This record gives sequence, C-alpha cells and structure tokens, in this order.
Amino acid sequence: MIGQCGKAEHPMTLELGVDDQSMLQGEQGPAVAAAMKILVAFSNAVGALKLLDIAGAHIDGCLYHGQAGLDFVERLVEGGGRVLVPTTLNVGSFDLIHPGLVKMPAAEEVPARRLMKAHLELGCQATFTCAPYQTRFRPAFGEQIAWGESNAIVFANSVIGARTNRYGDFIDLCCAMTGRAPAWGLHLSDNRRGQILFELTGSFEPTDALFVGVGLIVGQRSGDRIPVISGLPQPRDEDQLKALGAAAATAGAVALFHAVGITPEAKTLDEAFRGMAPEATIRISRADIDHALARLSSVPDGAPLAAVSLGTPHFSHEEWMRLLPLLREVAPGSGVPIYVNTGRATLKRLRDEGALAGMEAFGLIPVADTCTYVTSIIERLDGVVMTNSGKWAHYAPGNIGVSVAFGDIKDCIRSAAVGHVVRDAP
Amino acid sequence: MTRSAETDRIERTGIFQLAGEAQGLALVLPQALSFWGGLDIETGDIIDHSHPGLGQNVAGRILVMASGRGSSSSSSVLAEAIRRGTAPAGIILERPDPILAVGAIVAEFLYDISMPLVVCDMSGIASGDRIAISLGEDAQAMVSKI
Repeated sequence: MIGQCGKAEHPMTLELGVDDQSMLQGEQGPAVAAAMKILVAFSNAVGALKLLDIAGAHIDGCLYHGQAGLDFVERLVEGGGRVLVPTTLNVGSFDLIHPGLVKMPAAEEVPARRLMKAHLELGCQATFTCAPYQTRFRPAFGEQIAWGESNAIVFANSVIGARTNRYGDFIDLCCAMTGRAPAWGLHLSDNRRGQILFELTGSFEPTDALFVGVGLIVGQRSGDRIPVISGLPQPRDEDQLKALGAAAATAGAVALFHAVGITPEAKTLDEAFRGMAPEATIRISRADIDHALARLSSVPDGAPLAAVSLGTPHFSHEEWMRLLPLLREVAPGSGVPIYVNTGRATLKRLRDEGALAGMEAFGLIPVADTCTYVTSIIERLDGVVMTNSGKWAHYAPGNIGVSVAFGDIKDCIRSAAVGHVVRDAP
Repeated sequence: MTRSAETDRIERTGIFQLAGEAQGLALVLPQALSFWGGLDIETGDIIDHSHPGLGQNVAGRILVMASGRGSSSSSSVLAEAIRRGTAPAGIILERPDPILAVGAIVAEFLYDISMPLVVCDMSGIASGDRIAISLGEDAQAMVSKI
C-alpha cells in the first residue's frame, strides 16, 4: 500500500525532481532506489509537496533494537549504498573504544556490532555520539539537515538554528542515501514560529537544575505546539540549553524551542512569535520547577548509592573541564563508580591533553560510543544510580531497571564520595 | 444500563499514514506512549513507569492515542515489534506521527506485514471495543466499531 497514503487530505501529489525520479527508478542502484521509495512514502504520509537538498544527516540507527534495524541496513549495503552527504552516527550498543566495558550475550553482541560496522560500510562517520553538534560536523545557522535522536534534533533547531524535523531511525538514513528530505515542517520558515508561551515568574539563578526543570515542564505541556520561553536567565553555556532541550524532548515531542534573548530565532518575544499572539500562556513558578525535578527521583536523600552516571546527552569538553577539578576537590574514593558518557572525539581530545591522568582513582569510568542507559555497563543494577540528567532519570528505570536520584553534578560527586545520596539543591 | 447497538456504533473516515486493514480490541491510552523506552518488544507490554498504561499489552490490539511521543528510536522499536508479532494490529492517532509512520512503512518494505496507521477522531472509542480499520473510498481509512 506504500505510495497510496494520505491522498484524501493531501490531494496534491509529491513533485519529484529529475534526479529524484532517476533514483526512484533504480538508475543509481538498488540501495538508493529503496531509500527513495521509502522517502517518497514518508513524504506522502506527512503531506510534503516536494523534496529539498540537505547539507548533512545524523543517523539514529546504530543502537541495536532487534533484527529489523539490521535487516534494513544490510539491504542497503547489499545494494551497494553510500551516503551522499556528510553523515554522523548516533550511539551504538557498544563502547568500541573500551572493549569489555559492555557485557552482552554473544547472540546479541554479534548483530549489535555488525549494525555499527554496516553503517560505516555505507560511508557514515564513526562519531557514535548523541551530540553531533559537539563534533566538527556541527551544522550552521539556517542549514537544512536530516537528523535523528531527539536531543540532537532539538539542539540543532533551537540552539543552532539549523533546520530539521524529528526524523526517526530508517528515514534519517534514507535522507542521507539520497541527499534529500521532504520539504515540510521545521524545514520551512513559516512553521518555525512560536505558538505557546512559557513565562518564568520570579527571578532565577542559572543553575543546571533550572534548565532541566524548565525543559520537563515545557515538554509536558507543549503538546505539538512550538514553545517560547521567556524569563529564562542567560545560560552559563550551551550545555544548559542542551539539558533543557533533552528534557523537553524526553517529556514531550519538542523539536524546537525558542528562548527569548537567548536562542538565535528569538532575539525578542515578537521575533519568536513572528508578531503573532501566543495561543496560550503558561506561567512557571519556582514551585512548578521543584515539583517537576522531585518527580525524577524515586529514592530519598540518604539512600545508598551504587553508581553515578553523567553525560546524557554526551558530555562536552566544557563539562569535562568543570567535572575534573570537582573530582580533584571532592576526591571520592573508587567505591562508587562515576560513569561519564562522552563522544569519542571529545575523549581523544582529553587524552591528548593528558586531562584524564590519574582520574580512575576517583572512580571515574569514561564511556564512549554508547550510553549507560541503553546497554549493559553499570555493574550493580539493584541499587540507586544518581544522575544530573533529566533524560537519564526518565528512561533508565524502564530501560535497565535501576532506581534514580536526580541531583546537580556537584551533589552527584559529593554523594559518590560518601556513598549515599546527598543534595544541597533540589 | 443497556444501550442499543445503534447508538454505540461508530463508523468514521480517517487519513491513512500507512494504508491497510486490521481488526482487534481497542487499547485506548490517555497519554501518548513512546515506543522506545515504553514498550517491551519481546512481549508487547508497556514498561514506561511514568505511563498510566504500565503493564498493559499492545500486541494484536488497535492502539488508540492522541499522538506519538519521545525518542526518534521508536521507529525501530515499532518495526521490530511488527516483525516479532508483538506490535498492535493497527494504530489510531488524532495527530499524525511521522516516527511511527516510518516504523510501519519499513516493516512493510522488509517483511510485507501491514500495520495500518490511521489519523482520525478517537472520541467514543473505549478500551475493549472491537475496532476494524478498512479501506474506504478515495484511499480514505474507514474506522468502525463492530
């Protein structure tokens, strides 16, 4: 039934260019033909009228969810497929930099490793990070891209001002294989206008937790409307906006937010809404934020700690530069492992700088290419894991069965030192 | 209280995001479910601890919810669930969701299994209702309570 979808609502047919037609008809090989066929079906499903060129892609297909993902990529490899634009890869199920860190039954390990390698055979870059915006492939303002991975999507749109929709597994790769994306949604200027206003009432310090809490509320309450946030203090750095976006994309389907006076398409409230009135206004108080953050923790202060997990989304170099002095200052023993997820390029830079020398004595375990909540890394899953990530706190209980305590990075390290959850800030 | 089958009857048109036919008992979720992190693909059980449907099973049901939600990895999870037979028989949404659409399209491409995805009004549909999704005129979706 592919190709017949959505005609009733979208009577206009998808207009394909000469090159699109050539791909579809198999003149550029069977892999490209398959990718274009799926892209056309998807474009019809979302009501796009044409395709547009993209400058890059980020593929969220390396995490092994089962046979279907591998079957799809193998079909493209067999068909001689190569990506047509610079293409980065999201995390996989393995830390290829630290062999032995991930423990997995052989029956799963073989296809999971093959999935990562098969993507490289298609010409994708071995970035294996959920934060491609921290690599040399970071897009520029206004660039059309096709990205998967919800935190990367919201960061690219909101913080950089590049343009992507929420592309899922498969379709992001179809875009990369064809260099094309459907011209709809957030690719188009008219659809990037703010629709719902979130007003912070009161004055707030730019703490890490504030940005997580605002992200959770915005995610929960935006629905499919584009949120505009006013009253947010200037963030210390883009990592705080990364945390806000990741939380919003976890708690809801947010692909783009505007923060007035902070993000590039919202210098003023008027610019964020393109001169139109908000459809609704939601006020956010200190109590709302405290409540949203409290829901991330399933254990009280004082609970014994099995591990700390930081770096969801992947830790940036700047975050490492804040963590490392903190580790030296607090000097936790190695009793509670402190896992830090990061991109392999960031890790290489740290190693080249000698920044990680001796850090294992504090319990530090860097994790690259993957993330502690998507695969088997953490040794003790019966205990409490403390994190500074709203996204990790949300997904880890369901994914790997742990209990979670949320706290800022300093509380995480202090808790590691004493072996139980301690928190200064909510 | 008994009500006539006449007043309970639902027959409405919708838009296919992926066309196909399916029948099953409705599972109506009051809150959008992210398939990634929310569904156990081996069983079809809902495993999202923050979701009101926690513990319910979607396999073979007509899943009804307002929209999709959360991670873009949901496409893979849906495709794999379709391959394993743990996916819903069909999904009804009030708002189109491209991430679920891709999962359904790719599963059909790889395995020739059709899991129709329909956008239509979900009012009046309750969990346990027997729902049929079929092909109507002009490639429209027909959703009926039978």
